[in-house]
Amino acid sequence: MSGPANANGAVRFDRVTKSFVQHAGRKLLRDRIADMVSPSRRRRLEVLKDVSFAVAPGESLGLVGPNGAGKSTLLNLAAGVLEPDSGTIEAGGRVGALLELGAGFHLDLTGAENLRIQAVLMGLSRRETHEKFEEIVEFSGVREFIGEPLRTYSYGMILRLAFAVAVGAAPDVLLIDEMIGVGDQAFQEKAHQKIQELRRAGHTILLASHAEDLIASLCDRAMWLERGRAIKIGTAQEVLAAYRNTATAER
Amino acid sequence: MSTSARGPRQRWTGDSLYLLENLILKDFRVRYRNMSLGVLWSLINPLVMMGVLTFIFGRVFGGDRPPLFPVFVLCGLVPYNFFTLAFLSGTLSIVNSAPLVKRVPVPREIIPVVAVLSHVVHLLIQVALLIAFALGYGLRPSAAWLWLPVVWILYVIFLCGLSLGSSAINVYVRDTRYLVESFNMVLFYLVPIFYSFSIIPPRYAAIYQFNPVAAMVLATRNILLDGKAPPLSLVSNLVVVAGFTAALGLLIFSRLKPRFYEHI
Repeated sequence: MSGPANANGAVRFDRVTKSFVQHAGRKLLRDRIADMVSPSRRRRLEVLKDVSFAVAPGESLGLVGPNGAGKSTLLNLAAGVLEPDSGTIEAGGRVGALLELGAGFHLDLTGAENLRIQAVLMGLSRRETHEKFEEIVEFSGVREFIGEPLRTYSYGMILRLAFAVAVGAAPDVLLIDEMIGVGDQAFQEKAHQKIQELRRAGHTILLASHAEDLIASLCDRAMWLERGRAIKIGTAQEVLAAYRNTATAER
Repeated sequence: MSTSARGPRQRWTGDSLYLLENLILKDFRVRYRNMSLGVLWSLINPLVMMGVLTFIFGRVFGGDRPPLFPVFVLCGLVPYNFFTLAFLSGTLSIVNSAPLVKRVPVPREIIPVVAVLSHVVHLLIQVALLIAFALGYGLRPSAAWLWLPVVWILYVIFLCGLSLGSSAINVYVRDTRYLVESFNMVLFYLVPIFYSFSIIPPRYAAIYQFNPVAAMVLATRNILLDGKAPPLSLVSNLVVVAGFTAALGLLIFSRLKPRFYEHI
């Protein structure tokens, strides 16, 4: 189904399991000491269980499922910010995530300053950042405000800028978590076109979203996650239909 | 480019130096953009402290005081200020960069190093102030002044190591922040800022001997006030402490970093 394992843009998860320590949120010294004394106190919560799939270069895979199903964990494993407990993950080439506000963005800095930082975080070199600067500004449609601090931007404008950097950086594998519905109708169309363009050029897209129409229009295939398990993988239409039916049945 | 439970992979393929440069610039801009006096604040704080300490220990207490007392005090304040600022922002850096740590697989070590280095700009301004004062008080530059960058670079390495360790520990034990703040306050009195080394009774000398902040104060005074190179023993102590701290900091950091994600 996928090309050679390390081809740029190919993603493969093989029996991946990931768990988190429960109550990891508590940071008090006494909790640490208690943990050291009785390690049994720590319980682990399995967020992904035995998930396998493969995506070929140029393919786009939509992830559907209720909150807490493991969609974001899966994307973070693909991005390399997390390591799996067991199983293997292969992702060829440069992997980049569309970043939300907060991850590198700072409201006191101008659009241009934020753009550069995002571009670096996406893995662009100094030269590439200079070369692509104009193109990204153009695509974002916020040119008039690029010298203004980000806090004067509307939420939609910030998302457009983030999206413009992510697609401008054109990673081999682009990870998108939730945030779409970027901007107005015109920008939406531009965004769709750009994603199609990236796919034709062999870039892979993993998209987690609750917006089913978005997955239907952007993704070839989809995977339905439920409590950390991949319940169904297939064409986007099939998976969405099954997902919709269950959701209605439960209501 | 694969990963498994055993073999961690390095996913981020960007340019680390360019990232370092951009993140330092970002820290610096964020810090000063919203201040009408901007960078001038890094001059005002040591000047005010110098004035206050000179007044209290020079006039109120009176008595014998080292010559060129204002410059003498400033030689103590500049290393101390840099230490407290860099150590605290270094300690908080990972926790404060949670969105970045959770989203982008950049080498985590860069984050505390950026926190320390972004204070270096600030430090350079303060060292310039110090030199301006030294010249203003009639001290003449000598070859010994070339030692300044040497000891300061060692000092910055020491702080990077310290911050690597404390930032990683702070992810797991958030009380670290308060320990650092209290430590910084106590340090003000344990470093000879407004008194000289010569008045320390020999039995307490050990407290000062292995304190790199005190060593920096002493070295800065040797270089600027006495116009001579710092003693070799002092420089070699700094080298050992900087090297040891950096190695230990990196070790602690690399041990703790795999679980940052779930703890911040």
